[in-house]
Amino acid sequence: MGNLEILLQAPIFSVQLLIDGLLVGSIFALAAYGMALLWGVMNIINISQGDYVILGGYVTLTLYNAGIHPLFGVPVAALVLFIVGWAIYRAVIFRVVDRDLFISILATFGISILLQQLMDQIFGADIQSAESGLGQIFLFDSQVTVSQIKLVAFAVVVVVGVALVLFFKKSRMGQAIRATAQNARAARLMGINTDRVYAMTFALNAALCGAAGALVVMTWVIQPFIGLAYTIRSFMIVVVAGLGNIAAVVAAALGLGAAEQFAAFLLGAEFQIGFVFGLLVVILLVRNMFLKRQRQVLK
Amino acid sequence: MNGPGKMALYVALVIAAFLIPLVPVLQPYLIQFAFLWVMILFAMTWDVLGGQMGYNSFGNIVFFGVGMYATAVVQRDLYFTVEEYANVAGGDQAVLTPVEYLTGLGLGMGSGALLAVVIAAVLGSGILGLRGHYFAICTLGLGIAAGELASGWDYIGAGSGLVTPLLPDALGERGPFFYYLFLVLAVIAFAVLKRLYAGQFGLAINAIRDDEDKADALGLHATRYKTVAWCVSGFFLALTGGAFGNLVIFIDPTDVAFAGPTFGVWMVLMAILGGKGTLWGPVIGATVFHITQEIFWTYLFGWQRVALGLMIVVVVVFFPLGIVGWLRERWPQRFGEVVDEGARRVQVSLDGER
Repeated sequence: MGNLEILLQAPIFSVQLLIDGLLVGSIFALAAYGMALLWGVMNIINISQGDYVILGGYVTLTLYNAGIHPLFGVPVAALVLFIVGWAIYRAVIFRVVDRDLFISILATFGISILLQQLMDQIFGADIQSAESGLGQIFLFDSQVTVSQIKLVAFAVVVVVGVALVLFFKKSRMGQAIRATAQNARAARLMGINTDRVYAMTFALNAALCGAAGALVVMTWVIQPFIGLAYTIRSFMIVVVAGLGNIAAVVAAALGLGAAEQFAAFLLGAEFQIGFVFGLLVVILLVRNMFLKRQRQVLK
Repeated sequence: MNGPGKMALYVALVIAAFLIPLVPVLQPYLIQFAFLWVMILFAMTWDVLGGQMGYNSFGNIVFFGVGMYATAVVQRDLYFTVEEYANVAGGDQAVLTPVEYLTGLGLGMGSGALLAVVIAAVLGSGILGLRGHYFAICTLGLGIAAGELASGWDYIGAGSGLVTPLLPDALGERGPFFYYLFLVLAVIAFAVLKRLYAGQFGLAINAIRDDEDKADALGLHATRYKTVAWCVSGFFLALTGGAFGNLVIFIDPTDVAFAGPTFGVWMVLMAILGGKGTLWGPVIGATVFHITQEIFWTYLFGWQRVALGLMIVVVVVFFPLGIVGWLRERWPQRFGEVVDEGARRVQVSLDGER
């Protein structure tokens, strides 16, 4: 807690933390929106969410190692993950869509372990990142530095977000996805091929995660086994924001990003992951306390 | 099978298990067998909540780690100061007399189990109020948060782990000692759970699994039963953890004590593989899993964990009933269930329609 004094004496540090946190949080928003999409449309909580993020990061890293600028990794990772997502849906997920929620949780948990171990075998367990080659921006007499790549990442998230909103409003597939989310049976009766909608939703979610992963590898680091943290972050954001409200998801994601930066600074960076998981437990308990007030059962 | 016959079978199995260390051919594998009992304990304790009560916990590993650390800390602090111990552990391990060792182990496991029960009761009153998938993911977070906390806490060795005292020579080899220790634990746990499932408690938690709201409405104190079930599960897991720390000698916070990705997942997989919600399912599942895992380890070196991930997906998606569950569906009469053929045909055709 010694760092608290630093914050109090030099408030400008909190501006630094806040900006970093908001920019990082915007990346969380992508994966979280994907999770809300899956949850809302298919009623699946995807534990392998974070591993698609990390996989997207490795796709970008592979490009980077081949001498291509990592920013091109964003569309490429999205495309590759779209195909991976489609394949995973066709192999496993379509079998668990209509079944008990816990079966899908466990099945995606298995996929998560499978992907982690595959990435460990193929890319190695080291912490890696891709250098974007962009510089820093200095604000407030150089007291606050913002790396340009984080700003670029933020811009990418905004563009993807707008594209998503348009996709769901305007396109036939977007409308079909929304219809299926409202009532799958009715959608089927109206001639919507819900199986195709589900496949599309799952692939779209994976693509969103892939794009997020490409941004993560440029702004931060990746490692085969940290995917679960992104799953938990997404889950938390969705629990706080609710399903199907993109503005709330973005707000919650930005808040989480900022909270994490402050926690990492105050508690020490080694407790950041612990903070994320601890926060999850707290959020669920608090949520349950509020729900309990409305529930009339034996104590 | 009828009552006395069943009893004779149980006794014969236990006697056979106790005789294994006397067979010369099997003696080199006693540690392996000890691991098997640990696996069985994992699966059985997970099944209390996951199978019988329908609350799928990914965080039971917390109790395992708590028991392990509590035991190791008691063993350490009973006879050494922290500094002494750190010095000793740096070079070779602490040497104790048999009496000191057994006292430390006994007290440690006891206090670990107590601590686990307290933690289960305190956490349970909050977390067990969560339903379904919220509970599953909350416990997932709990397990990992515990591991991260242990990695940062200096008193228990932080990230560099903790070394448990070495088994004194007078108590014999590691193999037989831990073989019997875990065997006794597994037999006691099995007997206690069998007794619990057969009585009112078993009916209550099964009612919670089938429909918690209805159980609530019928006047069942659901949260109370749920908490007790978690305490039972945590109690045995903590005992297992305490002994396990002494078996492997070195306690790493995230790879041994709070090993969510390995033990934490395995206990779920084993219970489902064998058939969750059945008495023998976890035992059979753990045995099959342990053998499979050894085969993977031998023939797929480097890829064994990939194969395990694949195995989870395959078992969960294609074989969710598990071995015993499948047998039960196939031959219900053998499990003491009365089958009304007419109603069954109706049910089957309904299932087909769905």
